Amino acid sequence: MLHHLTQPIAAAAPSRRTFLKLTAGAAGGLLLALRLPGQQALAAAGDSFAQPFVHIRADNTILVLSKHLDKGQGIATGLATLVAEELDAAWEQVSVEFAPANAELYKNLFFGMQGTGGSTAMANSFQQYRQAGATARAMLVSAAAKAWSVPAAEIKVSAGTLSHASGKTATFGEMAGAAAAEAIPQDVTLKTPDQWVYIGKSFPRVDTKAKTRGAAGAYGMDQRFDNMLVAVLARPPRFGSTVATVDDAAARALPGVVDVITVPSGVAVLATGTWAAMQGRDALTITWDDSAAEMRSTDAMEAELADLVAKPGLKAHGHGDAAAAMAKAARVIEADYQFPYLAHAPMEPLDITVLFDGSSATFWTGSQFQTIDQMVAGQVLGLTPDKVAINTLWAGGSFGRRAQPDSHYFVEAALIAKTRLAAGHAPQHIKVVWTREDDIRGGYYRPMMRHRVRAGLDANGNLLAWEHRIAGKSIMIGTAMEAFVVKNGIDETMVEGVSNTTYALPAFALEVHATKTPIPVLWWRSVGHTHTAYVMETMIDRLAKEAGQDPVAYRETLLKDDPRKLGVLKLAAEKAGWGAALPEGRYRGVAVHTSFNSHVAEIAEISFREDGTVKVEKVVCAVDCGIPVNPDAIRAQVEGAIGYGLGAILRNEITFTDGEVDQANFDTYQPLRMTDMPLIEVHIVASAEAPTGIGEPGTPPIGPAVANAIAAAKGEWAATLPLSRSGLA
Amino acid sequence: MATSLTLNGEARVIDADPQTPLLWILRDTLGLTGTKFGCGVAQCGACTVHLDGTPVRSCQTVLGDAEGASITTIEGIESPAAAAIRAAWTELDVPQCGYCQSGQIMAATALLTETPKPTDADIDAAMDGNVCRCATYARIRSAIHLAAEKMEG
Repeated sequence: MLHHLTQPIAAAAPSRRTFLKLTAGAAGGLLLALRLPGQQALAAAGDSFAQPFVHIRADNTILVLSKHLDKGQGIATGLATLVAEELDAAWEQVSVEFAPANAELYKNLFFGMQGTGGSTAMANSFQQYRQAGATARAMLVSAAAKAWSVPAAEIKVSAGTLSHASGKTATFGEMAGAAAAEAIPQDVTLKTPDQWVYIGKSFPRVDTKAKTRGAAGAYGMDQRFDNMLVAVLARPPRFGSTVATVDDAAARALPGVVDVITVPSGVAVLATGTWAAMQGRDALTITWDDSAAEMRSTDAMEAELADLVAKPGLKAHGHGDAAAAMAKAARVIEADYQFPYLAHAPMEPLDITVLFDGSSATFWTGSQFQTIDQMVAGQVLGLTPDKVAINTLWAGGSFGRRAQPDSHYFVEAALIAKTRLAAGHAPQHIKVVWTREDDIRGGYYRPMMRHRVRAGLDANGNLLAWEHRIAGKSIMIGTAMEAFVVKNGIDETMVEGVSNTTYALPAFALEVHATKTPIPVLWWRSVGHTHTAYVMETMIDRLAKEAGQDPVAYRETLLKDDPRKLGVLKLAAEKAGWGAALPEGRYRGVAVHTSFNSHVAEIAEISFREDGTVKVEKVVCAVDCGIPVNPDAIRAQVEGAIGYGLGAILRNEITFTDGEVDQANFDTYQPLRMTDMPLIEVHIVASAEAPTGIGEPGTPPIGPAVANAIAAAKGEWAATLPLSRSGLA
Repeated sequence: MATSLTLNGEARVIDADPQTPLLWILRDTLGLTGTKFGCGVAQCGACTVHLDGTPVRSCQTVLGDAEGASITTIEGIESPAAAAIRAAWTELDVPQCGYCQSGQIMAATALLTETPKPTDADIDAAMDGNVCRCATYARIRSAIHLAAEKMEG
């Protein structure tokens, strides 16, 4: 997500193109830019060393400050790996904390603001955090050289210890205070790949131990303060509804309930504990004003999109004269695809704690766009951003949900705190807790989408023309981001994966229809690729069959100019034994897709249960994400991304009846479970290219790989998701 | 009204409405936040604790149900099975976001205590009620098998 923001607002930061050039030339050493404003504030006095990204304490522990939110993807470990590598630290001495909200120091170099998303965290940090480690190392070495009166070049550094042939040794901790007084070197030389001891090898996760013991204090949901109130909100039953009347007498009479406050997003019950707040919410009697609400049911929403894809839309991309080529086609293969709204449903529902005293505010939450959250909360509270502190915490998942262009959950917490203060109450911590029902019914969904594809073939089944229409709500249009990222009416997140396909389409026309509804939509793990990859890869599969060709061989021909995508396709096919006979009742399907600059091929092997539902038995995956900084973390992300995508295509949909969401909890929005999980093999392509995304790219291919396996069995490609709608799950 | 129970090996008297879900007693009243709130309706298992050694969903177990019982949470579970489970979880780096892992570990520990060498079918039966939205299921399965080996060896 947000990769489309990279170019427009990152003017002050290196562009991705510049970055890649820098990375390619890294071995020669690079100028550092660590003399950053605000550095003084971070500098610790005395016996420790403090730079924006690295602190070394006298007790020989090393703290890496992560500018990125870790919501499970492992970036905290990834950044620690980079620092430890160049610092020659022992992994056991490294821990990670999240950096404060400070865009100047901690911006995502691709965004120009502090934020995590679009599978950019490692890619934008790869140079920066290695430089930070190398700089700290150089300062330690310089300090040791002075202390021991020996040339710096003679000092060895290994596993957190400095040593010299004379027998002198010191831990990093012992040398930290002296190193802090050293001049920051103007340039440092980074290791060459052959010198790496951690990168590309192994660096255990920094958070595993805590997470096997309950992870006390790690998550926003677990924040506790003296005299804290917990707020739970009654939210409108329909998107666009507002509060008309509130009778809160019964709620206020309950033990533990302290206050009831109406804000634009609903009615907040504030209580001394979570359970009391929930009971208070249940005791409210509210009437809602639905005059601006979405009142339709899913059938009507789908019918709107079906009408739209039958009509010409806004021209988004294309080449050649698709209409003329289509007119010459001997056969036209046409398909309509319908995709549902999807909730992210991270395990930790949204939560946020606020303390506001009228002149400053502090928030505790898994903030994903710290700079936007800081600015928006400041606007609500009448504060400049520097008066808004954000303590970023480990997040119990996000999948895009916490990456908020409108910071709506910050706004809600800020308004509640502001109202309390204005009513004369003393400043007090207030934790806003979303229940699972709030989460599932709370919007910010992957939008409902419809595609119509027409592929024109000659008499031999060769592709002549590709016409493609996409309809649905744009994630960007109507938000603060529209001005930056929507060009000529086209939101690229609606079309990515089709618009930039590297399949050799002889003539190609792509049109879009952006719809309007009060239902808020958002990026959901892999954004537009969640639907575009499904359409492209099932259509290509169908065309392979029309041409009488093997699906892998057919793709290879069309991908001859995309060597990295071709590489993962061939690797997955080889590892899965593509072409070899399968046991009775087993079927295979393939899909390959590029997203976030990473290339992933997946081959799904399926069977059918007695009730006709699909069991995905095994997925063999090949991934090329550039230099694999932490191969085990890459495997973990791909395993998880496959599971996340699989759960969605099997059973997940948010539907509406008269504007109300039909689902509420995990009993009706059924997540993937242990018994659904296939065996997964992940094969990583050895690469010297700059690292690219890995949090999302594993998700897009799984849907079409499974659909293509079903088609191998049944001859039909499911065009409506989830598969439960057609009895397949 | 007071409820007497044993919590992580310690005798406790808790003065709260006995109809309050144990989850909120643990998290809000006692500050044991390792037990997580995920769904509130016994659909996800994030709030799993042991009641007299049996895994239960603390969101659907009220304080009064625990009268006279022994409750163990992620903060207090220390047994050969728990040690093996934690070691296997660490060796395979199972957690991603980690939010469900307290519940996963409580469920897996109960399984391993009852069934020292679980089959895949045993794991399916014991763990299917514990949701992981990061889908760490494959590693959970491998780690349970690894923990069983560790306990044997």
